[in-house]
Amino acid sequence: ELPPGQFPARRAAAVAAAAVRHRRGGPARALGLRELRRARREDIEDVGHKYYLELELEDALDKDSTVNCTAEVLYHVGNKNIAPDVQFTLEGELKSTEEADHMFYTWVRSLEKELVAENIPDSHGHVPAELEPIRLLAWVASGYLIWQNSTENTHLQLAQIKHVKQVKRSDEYLQFDYVVLLHEMVSQEIIPWEMTVLWHPRDGVQVTRDSRQPRH
Amino acid sequence: MWALLVLLGAASISAHLQDRSFDGQKVFRVVPQNDEQVQILNSLANIMQVDFWQPDSVTLVKPKMQVDFRVEAVKTSMVEDLLKESGVEYQVLIDNLQAAVDAQFDSTARAAGHSYEKYNNWDTIAAWTADIAAQNPDLVSRSVIGETYEGRPMYLLKVGKSGPNKKAIFLDCGFHAREWISPAFCQWFVKEAIEYYGKELIMTTILDNLDFYVLPVVNIDGYVYTWTNNRMWRKTRSKNADSLCYGTDPNRNFNAGWCTVGASKNPCSDTYCGSAPESEKETKALADFIREHLSTIKAYLTIHSYSQLLLFPYSYTYALPPDYQELNSIASVATEKLAAWYNTKFTYGPGAETIYPAAGGSDDWAYDQGIKYSFTFELRDTGRYGFLLPESQIKPTCQETSFAIKYIAYYVLEHLY
Repeated sequence: ELPPGQFPARRAAAVAAAAVRHRRGGPARALGLRELRRARREDIEDVGHKYYLELELEDALDKDSTVNCTAEVLYHVGNKNIAPDVQFTLEGELKSTEEADHMFYTWVRSLEKELVAENIPDSHGHVPAELEPIRLLAWVASGYLIWQNSTENTHLQLAQIKHVKQVKRSDEYLQFDYVVLLHEMVSQEIIPWEMTVLWHPRDGVQVTRDSRQPRH
Repeated sequence: MWALLVLLGAASISAHLQDRSFDGQKVFRVVPQNDEQVQILNSLANIMQVDFWQPDSVTLVKPKMQVDFRVEAVKTSMVEDLLKESGVEYQVLIDNLQAAVDAQFDSTARAAGHSYEKYNNWDTIAAWTADIAAQNPDLVSRSVIGETYEGRPMYLLKVGKSGPNKKAIFLDCGFHAREWISPAFCQWFVKEAIEYYGKELIMTTILDNLDFYVLPVVNIDGYVYTWTNNRMWRKTRSKNADSLCYGTDPNRNFNAGWCTVGASKNPCSDTYCGSAPESEKETKALADFIREHLSTIKAYLTIHSYSQLLLFPYSYTYALPPDYQELNSIASVATEKLAAWYNTKFTYGPGAETIYPAAGGSDDWAYDQGIKYSFTFELRDTGRYGFLLPESQIKPTCQETSFAIKYIAYYVLEHLY
């Protein structure tokens, strides 16, 4: 049993929340960690450290909407290059974002020029209203980057979108090429990362290509 | 009439000791005509949390004297009924105290380009330190405790009602350049001190008996750099010998287990501990000041962001400090007070196990110097906006944090050592 206030449990919770956010997110839904209720750790010899977590997640667009989640995070000991395994179950249903998804999808498809934007949020924390879905999409996609690149000694967060460029496709997917900044809290480093994100209202958010950039 | 007083009494027992905001509060002016009316005011004061503006205390009230007192929002109509029923002549001096208070600060803010609800650049903050001291000479004085690497003066504000043999609390902000909400908080706190002195019981008591040394921005060079070059800069801007990389992490640069854990010897790292403890002019200036005033400084509070944590020693070791129990209780109550505003949840505990082991921190150093009440605040949020906290969150973040700090200050006052 682990005290939820201490960092090992909190880091594992962040990884679980990141994975959930990626798998269940979209431009109108991004789940964030509201509270870590309980945590337990099991050391599995020759395999790794497994965390059993009870979380409360909240909808970024509606703080009053929360969902309970149980998750297991297994950090592999030995080969640090393997992403942690994450399994989770959400209690109950998430409300539908069909309408908002459709509106966003239609709006982007209708743009004559490909969407380009920088510094979201800006230095003062502002996000123009029409770019909020672009922001949410990045936060959801960064959940994948965070999940895939976490260890017990890291705690990654999305700090800012430096640059985003829409890429028009011949199929029905929307494609956005992002350069994001990830904040690694233990080393306090800011890590630029490129990622290509695909989305369609029917599908989830996919990160099809990603690459860590050298510090500038 | 007495039944009404009993009712008022019942209401006040369930009321909080401290006011959170002045919204809906009224200030009444009453001129009691005779001893009976003086008695009514006495009863009012004894049963309720009525805050007398003039005279200072209800015991000084005499017939024909002009009496001003402040009443909490929920009680104003009851108080009015009582005064009417007893035939006591009164007028409403201030109909909504919060509006009056806001108006006072709006005008000064617009004049200088400074705003308590926006992020201000260094020039604006520097000008504000001069203005705020000039406008409130009986409560605020400004001094310079040193110079930054790039030659900027490090302004310190001493806040409190002057008096002999006063103890002090040291409060600093802006250690890490990109944590913009931190300097915003120090400015807000000074504003609150001035705003509420003489008008709110707790703040008045604190400032009458303690001084606050407020350092609004420790790492000024870094802060300027986040405005001009790189919003995500963290460290100072000193040049490192034999390296292309600039800056030292000021919160790894203190002589507390220096560079043994959680810090890097690589100048390019964001947690670079520096070439030696207090190698940075900024940290040396801060440490020198605290050393010079060690006998009077009874608490050390340092403001950072983000993560919503309230930390106390130690971070350089997992060992618990001798005052662990007491610090833990204070942190527990302080985070409750903070959450009372907007339900913002803070986690608390010793630094090493709560956030990470990290040596060279100012809070650990201050504690080992003998400053028992040493706390690090990591303000909003938990990662959704991180360092880029929207300006719309400045006010609520500062309100809740102020409340927690006032609790700690009051606690320190009641436990002076």
